[in-house]
Order: sequence, then C-alpha cells, then structure tokens
Amino acid sequence: MERCRLVFSGSGGQGVITAAIILAEAAVLCEGLNAVQSQSYGAEARGGATRSDVIIADTPIYYPKVLQPNVLVCLTQEAYNRFSAIIRPGGLLITDSRYVKIQRKVDALQRELPIYRTVMEQIGKPIVFNICMLGALIALTDVVKPTSIINVLKTRVPSDFLEMNQKALQLGMGLTGAARA
Amino acid sequence: MAVKDYLRERFFPHLWCPGCGHGEVLGGLIRAIENLGLSKNEIVMVSGIGCSSRITGYVDFHTMHTIHGRALAFATGVKLARPELKIIVPMGDGDALAIGGNHFIHAARRNVDMTAIVMNNRIYGMTGGQFSPLSGSNISASTAPYRTIDKSFDVVELSKAAGATFVARATSYHAQQMTEVIEKAILHKGFSVVEVLTQCPTYFGRKNKIGDAPEMIKWFKDHTTPIGSKAKQEHPELIERGIFVQQEGPEYCEEYQKIVERAMKGRS
Amino acid sequence: MGKNVKFLQGNEACVEAALYAGLDFYAGYPITPSTEIAEHLAYRLPQIGGKFLQMEDEIASICAIIGASLTGRKVMTATSGPGFSLMQEALGYAVMAEIPCVIVDVQRGGPSTGIPTHVSQGDVNQARWGTHGDHAIIALTASNHQDVFAITVEAFNLSETYRTPVILLFDEVVAHMRERLVMPEPGEVQLVERLRTSVKEGVDYHPYLPREDGRLPMSDFGGVHRYNVTGLVHDMWGFPSTEPRVVHALLRHLVDKLENRTNELARFKEFFLEDAEIILISYGSSARSALHVVEERRQRGERLGLLELQTLWPFPRDVVRNRCAGTKAVVVVEMNMGQVMQSVKLAVEHPERVFLANRIDSVFITPADIINILRIIQGKGV
Repeated sequence: MERCRLVFSGSGGQGVITAAIILAEAAVLCEGLNAVQSQSYGAEARGGATRSDVIIADTPIYYPKVLQPNVLVCLTQEAYNRFSAIIRPGGLLITDSRYVKIQRKVDALQRELPIYRTVMEQIGKPIVFNICMLGALIALTDVVKPTSIINVLKTRVPSDFLEMNQKALQLGMGLTGAARA
Repeated sequence: MAVKDYLRERFFPHLWCPGCGHGEVLGGLIRAIENLGLSKNEIVMVSGIGCSSRITGYVDFHTMHTIHGRALAFATGVKLARPELKIIVPMGDGDALAIGGNHFIHAARRNVDMTAIVMNNRIYGMTGGQFSPLSGSNISASTAPYRTIDKSFDVVELSKAAGATFVARATSYHAQQMTEVIEKAILHKGFSVVEVLTQCPTYFGRKNKIGDAPEMIKWFKDHTTPIGSKAKQEHPELIERGIFVQQEGPEYCEEYQKIVERAMKGRS
Repeated sequence: MGKNVKFLQGNEACVEAALYAGLDFYAGYPITPSTEIAEHLAYRLPQIGGKFLQMEDEIASICAIIGASLTGRKVMTATSGPGFSLMQEALGYAVMAEIPCVIVDVQRGGPSTGIPTHVSQGDVNQARWGTHGDHAIIALTASNHQDVFAITVEAFNLSETYRTPVILLFDEVVAHMRERLVMPEPGEVQLVERLRTSVKEGVDYHPYLPREDGRLPMSDFGGVHRYNVTGLVHDMWGFPSTEPRVVHALLRHLVDKLENRTNELARFKEFFLEDAEIILISYGSSARSALHVVEERRQRGERLGLLELQTLWPFPRDVVRNRCAGTKAVVVVEMNMGQVMQSVKLAVEHPERVFLANRIDSVFITPADIINILRIIQGKGV
C-alpha cells in the first residue's frame, strides 16, 4: 500500500484525537498494518487548535510525525487557517461546512462536507461528530475497512452507545457520494 | 529479655555525648517494646540523619538509617509493602520538622500505622549547635550569635492539625511516663506522634547557659506538668505532657486493602 | 491478529513491561510527560494485590520505593526532569545501600520547568552525575514500544542482578506516541528474581559482604536476619565505618561492579554498519529520525549506517570505538547540546571526525535536520 499520512485538526472536545486513535488502532489491530499516532500536548491542546498525526503503512514507520499530510482533516476555521498550507500536493482536504469557510484553493482535492449538520439532524448528539467524520474519511480513502473501525468501537464504546456510533459511521460514509479520492 | 538483648553490643560505645538525652529515649523505647512482648523480627526502625537518628544502628531490629528528613517517606514504603510489621521512626527536631516537615504532615494526614518519635532537643547537635525550628526565639546558637528571632512549631498542635490520631508529649526526666506513652503509641492503630523533650548539654545547654545535663533535666521537671493539671491553670507557661489525642480513624494500609478488594472484584 | 497485540502509548508499554517483570510496588508524584505511567499503575496494581502510592513529592516517592524494595518487593517510580532532580539524593542512597529499584525519567525540555509537553534528551548527564560522589549507574533507553518493553524488563533484571538503581531514560515522543506492541507470553522473556541469602537463622549474615562473583544475597526486612542499612560508608555488617580500608573497598566495589562489566551491560542495535562510511549514533526517539534517514539514503546507494545505543551508562565505549573504527565521519543525533557526543568523542580513535546533528528548540528532530548536517560533512552544502 501507499504510505498514508494523516493530520486531524480541530478544537478540544470535538473528538479529533479520539478519532485519530481509533483509526490507527483499527489499522494495527484489525488489519495487521503498522500505524503510529501522536498528538500535540499541553496548553495548546486545551482550547485553540488540536492536532493529531497518524501514519499508516505496511512497512516499518520510523519518523513518527507528519510534516506533509496526504490527508488533512480540519474541523475548525482556526485549524484550517493554521494547517491547510501543509497539505501534500494532490492530497485530500476534508473540512466541515458548518465550521470552516474555504478561503483559498490548495493543490488538493477539497471536500467540504456537512458532517456536523448531518449528525445533528439524523442523530441529534454532537458526541458522534468525530465518528461521522471518520466514516467520510474511510469512504474517501479506503485506508481501513468500515468493519475494522466498528470492531475497535466495540472495545471502546459502552454497548448502549455502539449503535449510535455505527449509525454515525454509516452517515459519514454516505456523505461522500461518488466522488472518491 | 534484658535491655541489652535488644542492643547490638558489637557497635558500642555509642557516639552520643555524656549527658545526652537520646540514650534515655533509647532506654524508654526498649522498655516499651519489652513490655509489649514484641518479637525483634517484627520491628523495623527507620531514621534519618542527626545525632538522634544514629539510634537505629544500636538496636537489634531491622534498621534503616536513611537520608536527612525523609525517614517517614522510607517508612511509609516499608509499611505499605509489609503492613504486618511494626514501624518505629525516631527523628530529631530538625530532621522531623525542618527538612522533613512536609513528609511529617503527610504521614499524619494519611494515618499510616507507625510511630514517630520526635526527640526534641531544640538544636542541631551533629553539625555543631545550629538553631532548629523548635529552638524558639531568643535562643543562642552557632548560627544565631545575636539570638534567634524565629518562632518555634508546637509539635503537638502541628500533629493534631495534620491529622495524627495519637499525639503525646513526654520528657527525659519522666522516664517511666515516657515508656508508658511509647507503649501506647506503638499499640495505637494509626499514625502516632510522641514528642520527647530531651537535653543537649553540649550545645543547647552550654550556649544558653542553662547548665549541665542534670540541671537541664531538672528544667523539664520544673517546667512541665500533666495535661489539665491545676498547676497549668495557675501557671499557663508550663508545658503540658501526657496524651493529647488518642482516637480511632481509618488506617491507610487497611483502607488500601479495600481498594485491592474492589479492584480484584472488578476484574473477576 | 493474536490477542496479545496492543496499540498503546510508550508510557503504557513501560507499564506492561514493569508488570510483566514482576513490579508490585510503585510510588510517584504527577509530572508531565510521565503521568500516564502513574495513572495506569493506579488502576492495574491493586488488581494484582500490588501497591500504588501517590506521595507528597518526588523525594518521598523514591524513598518509599527504596523502603518497599528492602522488604523484597520489585519497585519502580516514574518522573520527568524536575522530579528526577529532586530524587538525586535518595538515588545516591540506593546506590550506596545497594537497593534494587527502577526509576523512569521521561525527559522533557529543561532546565527548570522548561517545556513540560515537548521533547528533549537533556537528562543524559543528570542520570550519570546527578547524585554526588563517585559512583556507577545503569541508564537505559529505547526508541520504539517493542524495545521499551524489552528494555524495561531488562532494567528490572539488571537492578536485581547488580543490586543497583537502574534509570530508564525515555523521552516525550516515545512516551506519548501510540504504536504496536506485541506482548510476550508469560515465560517468554527471562526474569531475574532477587538473590536471597541462604544463611540460616541464628548464623551471622553479613549483608554487605560480596560473594566471590561480586553479588550480594539479600535478606528481606521482616525476615530472620536483622541488619542495618545506611547511606554512610559502611562495613560488611552495614554499620558506619570511617576505616580507610573499608571506605576504599566499598567505593571500589560500587564502581567496579558495573564499570568492569561495561561490555556485558551494553545493549545496542546495529543497522547497515558493515560497510558504512558514515555512522549515525543515536538513541531514544532521535534514533527513529536517524533510521529514517539511513534507510532512505541506503536506497540511493549511500553507505550510511546507524548504531542505536540502548545502554547509555555505563557508556559502551568499546562498542562505539569498534564500530566507528575506519569510518569517515560519525554523526551523533540527539536532542541536547551534545551530551552523548562528548562520550563518543572520548571513545573513538578520531574525535575530530565526530559531528553533532541536534535540536534544542523543543521540536522533534526531523530527517531533514540530519540530512542538512550530512550534506555539510559530505561537502554538498545546504
């Protein structure tokens, strides 16, 4: 497989880091791939722009950080303003249409998706915003299978909330239409 | 057993000065242990640094002579690791309440079952007579050539406030009473503090012109009184001795055992 | 996948390994970036009947584990630079009294409060010389979670074997990143249990009289042998002594028991060293960036190799000297101002061929940082 370098960004409380961990864990535990996840810590992780890096590959990963992501997710305007310039040419930029106004064209496939709106309209609970985003991401990239994400969710989410998470994942996958990366 | 059966005679003579009060505390401690009929194998004595802390070398228990001020922290580790052992922690006043003050209040707060004995001679003897946080003001010391301006801690009040469940004061003059108080402190389930007023004729006595050891010991006789005595009402400046606090409270090792049970249940 | 595969943080890998090695007593004080170790052990230790203590400070934490170790427990504490500074006096006590214990220092930016949440490798020399007086120490490190596991178990084994504190010098990047850990099965990794005395009750036990092989069998506090433990220079009874012969013999013993085994204690990994013209020497998370560069440059035919050190103290000078013999240049990759480079220069035949690729601005060193230095050495310009 092609080495996949992802950066997830947003603000504290959106579940950005949790989503990154779930994706990387799915790659390692369910698909036998290598993955490394890291995140920004400290004052900058409390409010302001939160960032988590994930690398997924079928070869060993040494340098664990992402300098130029081929997949960049921005869930706030601040995160978009700060990180949109680092995307790898030809990469994929996913933004949430409620939170982010695209200001300039980058050399990447830009997908503005109504993730937050869909979650609130169909489920009504913002807590699964991040899982819906993951659904859209795996539909666009095929980096891991949906069943792998669901298997990880089963170990992390209380059983009462599993169905809601699965629904959010499906909704996210449905948002991307035919336009695949 | 005779007193000498509790001593490591191999390591005598001890290093204390003639007239030093620490030997009286050693005697009181051994008599208390003998009266209680404790086995030497079940006693761990942990001390820090200073004249008083050398006591651990002379007794035939499991003994740990540690670093300055930290005896209670080492002792907490020993006790939590082996709760069935009896832990006795003799400390000097500077050791316990200057450099070791933080460990002292936290050991009291946790209520770990062990006995802290503060051998209070109001001076740093080992290093040559500097003032301690228990010297009090207007005291002459090698680092107070113009006399001290520092107020002293009241060990009893400090221990009470920090949550010790047994707090007592004794003196080297009242040897029989000291033994009784130490016995009760060792039997007490929880953190017990015994402050023993002892004399340092070499530094405190000489620098403050109080006289030699017998005169210093007599000072304890004349300036202390049992708790709540009539003499105290008439002469409020007298220092009270006896048991100030003796109450039950959740003991740390027992409480921790409940955590272990909860954690193990959650697992099976 | 087998169920013994985990995806976790480096700090958690350290916890898994410590428990595998038999840790049953931990005392600590919260400090970034080591805190996850305390958090996980607070949860895990009571489940196996072990003890977790949150103490009033780092001094109390190391004192408590030393006390617990004397009763026969396997013990550990974890901290970061400022807390490690506070522990130094008691660390010296454990050296002097020869009490097994493991101290984890997850390094962060310093000096002082520095940058708590960012990476650094600035404590290498503190691990060696933080406590006062001549002494020897073991300090180990690792760059990935599988190695964090192995080296943590090793730390417990060496600590028990040589009755010495062992320092695990991890760093923020390895501690916080998540990656795969394949958990060894029980029994798969050899564990060293404490060597206890065979001296019977009633017979004189000399706690500080080394056997012929230099090892000191212990007797647990609470057992049948009552003896004295002190931080003062002491004789074979553990009793204070100022006898010059005793002082000399004790200091020689404390230093020789480790320094004379420097090669035996050397843990390291070699990548493409056979024909390397330029050797990178690195350790901890920096070694990940170094290996990234080496693998990439090898594909272009450049003869680059990596010597990854896992034992930092006693410094594996023979290993470094042998591997670097005949190379054009040696580049030490680390996140400090050359703390390991100093040792490398002392070890190699041509110290003038030793260079430093470092970063001290709290940013994790990148492959590009290393390549820039290589280009200068190779005369290619930046």
